[in-house]
Amino acid sequence: MPDSDARPIVSIRDMHKSFGHVEVLKGISMDVPKGGVVCIIGPSGSGKSTLLRCINALVPIDSGSIRVANFDVHSLTTDKERLALRREVSIVFQQYNLFPHKTALENVMMAPIYVLKEPRDEVRARAIALLKKVGLAAKQDAYPGELSGGQQQRVAIARSLAMRPEVMLFDEVTAALDPETVKEVLNTIRELAAEGMTCMLVTHEMRFARELADTVYFTDGGVIVESGPPAVLFDQPKADRTRAFLSQIL
Amino acid sequence: MNSMHAIDHSPGSTDLPVLLPAAACMARRVAAERRAGSPRLSLRAEHGAVLLAVFVIGCGIAEAQAGADNPSILATLWKWTPLLARGFVFNLAISFVAMAVGTAFGLLLGFAQLSLLRPVKRAAWLTTHFFRNAPWLVLLFYCMFLLPFQITVFGVTIPLPDWVKATLGLALPVMANVAEILRGAMQSIPTAQWESAASLAFSRRQTLWMIILPQCLKRMLPPWMNLYAILTMSTVLASIVGVNEMMTLTRQALSAENRPGLLLSFYSYVLLWFFVYCYPIARWTVRLEARFAVNV
Ligand SMILES: Nc1ncnc2c1ncn2[C@@H]1O[C@H](COP(=O)(O)OP(=O)(O)OP(=O)(O)O)[C@@H](O)[C@H]1O
Ligand SMILES: [Mg+2]
Repeated sequence: MPDSDARPIVSIRDMHKSFGHVEVLKGISMDVPKGGVVCIIGPSGSGKSTLLRCINALVPIDSGSIRVANFDVHSLTTDKERLALRREVSIVFQQYNLFPHKTALENVMMAPIYVLKEPRDEVRARAIALLKKVGLAAKQDAYPGELSGGQQQRVAIARSLAMRPEVMLFDEVTAALDPETVKEVLNTIRELAAEGMTCMLVTHEMRFARELADTVYFTDGGVIVESGPPAVLFDQPKADRTRAFLSQIL
Repeated sequence: MNSMHAIDHSPGSTDLPVLLPAAACMARRVAAERRAGSPRLSLRAEHGAVLLAVFVIGCGIAEAQAGADNPSILATLWKWTPLLARGFVFNLAISFVAMAVGTAFGLLLGFAQLSLLRPVKRAAWLTTHFFRNAPWLVLLFYCMFLLPFQITVFGVTIPLPDWVKATLGLALPVMANVAEILRGAMQSIPTAQWESAASLAFSRRQTLWMIILPQCLKRMLPPWMNLYAILTMSTVLASIVGVNEMMTLTRQALSAENRPGLLLSFYSYVLLWFFVYCYPIARWTVRLEARFAVNV
């Protein structure tokens, strides 16, 4: 038991990624323990989104290794293996990307039914429970076009959760929302974290990062400049780059 | 003077300010047609009014030129109407079949363009562009003269009458345009939809069938209906290759009557028939487009 707990669920070693001639990630290493919450902060273009996409095998990496649960992400070769990985790691994007031709409930139900091949009735019950959990029980029959940004984002989170992933990745999920609705979405994530879901968040919400994260990573120019518990990183940053970034954003 | 240099040269811009609205309008239209994958048929009520006016004038001319022993122009038209109507029904039959065949093969061609196999993709692309850009009449002639009058498959002889060949000839450009409409619709779906489906572990095929295509259908409907209206009007091309459709029958009626004064009234009468059929389709297309544009 302690053995499995001690082993990080996400483990990245010296990961590199280039797009064409531009090296976007230049040797990233990090460990996320099961149930841990890490936040990744950094200026625009520093490769935060790319990092999350690599973990989910949406983007292939050039060198280094990524291990998630029992998957060696860097050596997945077939689509089948990648799809298997994505059942364990789910990503929620800034632009919620719900399927516009399906209702909120159908959005949540689709993947478990067609990908996990679970019985419809069971999935339906679970989907309704998930929508209730994100506070949208009343909106289950609404189409995405009829929902606010914050509501759509919460449906997107429920849709990811319906796959019962081990790890949730959130890529600036509140960046496109107005301040009012940011809170609803953050509350949803807060509850998830409290229930022990492993979460990796790219975020600009520093207060939220401080409150929730076990570890905060500051990335710039494709490298991790500094990392540590939020109290340390936010209050006594060691690197000048971190200090400069925080002074800008706070 | 500085402002002269500041003029933006985006498509539709012009140095002549007077032309700006018209140029912008044209640019918008071209963009819409490119998105839809086929030229836009814009039938308006005014066009109907003009047609009607031409028809009335045509009748007036015919009446004025009529000798004392000729029956009235309206009576003459009425006499021929059952025959012309039969011809029109034939036009519609050709349009239905050509549309059905063209759509079925067009969808296949469109999918082939999405194939991950390079040669398949390439061949589909070439086929689409060839048939989309070839003049319809040329394709029609090719089909008329290159296809045999019958084919034998497994010992069964299937006759290919002229109207079947003409229908196939019209189905070819329809096929290419449907392929293009499908491709346009697929391209209009944000790549984020593919990505979020992939992140939920949907396979490529599942993504295509459950997520992308259902969204495409809605976007394809207006340009597809537009294509149908264009096709219906093009069915009269079949008269050139001797199919007994409305246009051919009109010509026969005119030669039977042997009164040159009837020409304008008869042909504008034919046009009115087509207008009455195609106008609602065109209006409906515009309505659907507007509705989908709002809640895509
Ligand atoms: N598919 C791609 N092809 C080419 N370049 C890409 C691609 N995706 C990202 N990039 C480039 O990689 C760099 C990092 O992008 P990324 O989206 O990971 O940054 P980010 O830290 O998430 O920025 P932001 O805070 O603006 O979201 C950028 O310079 C971007 O232009
Ligand atoms: Mg990003």
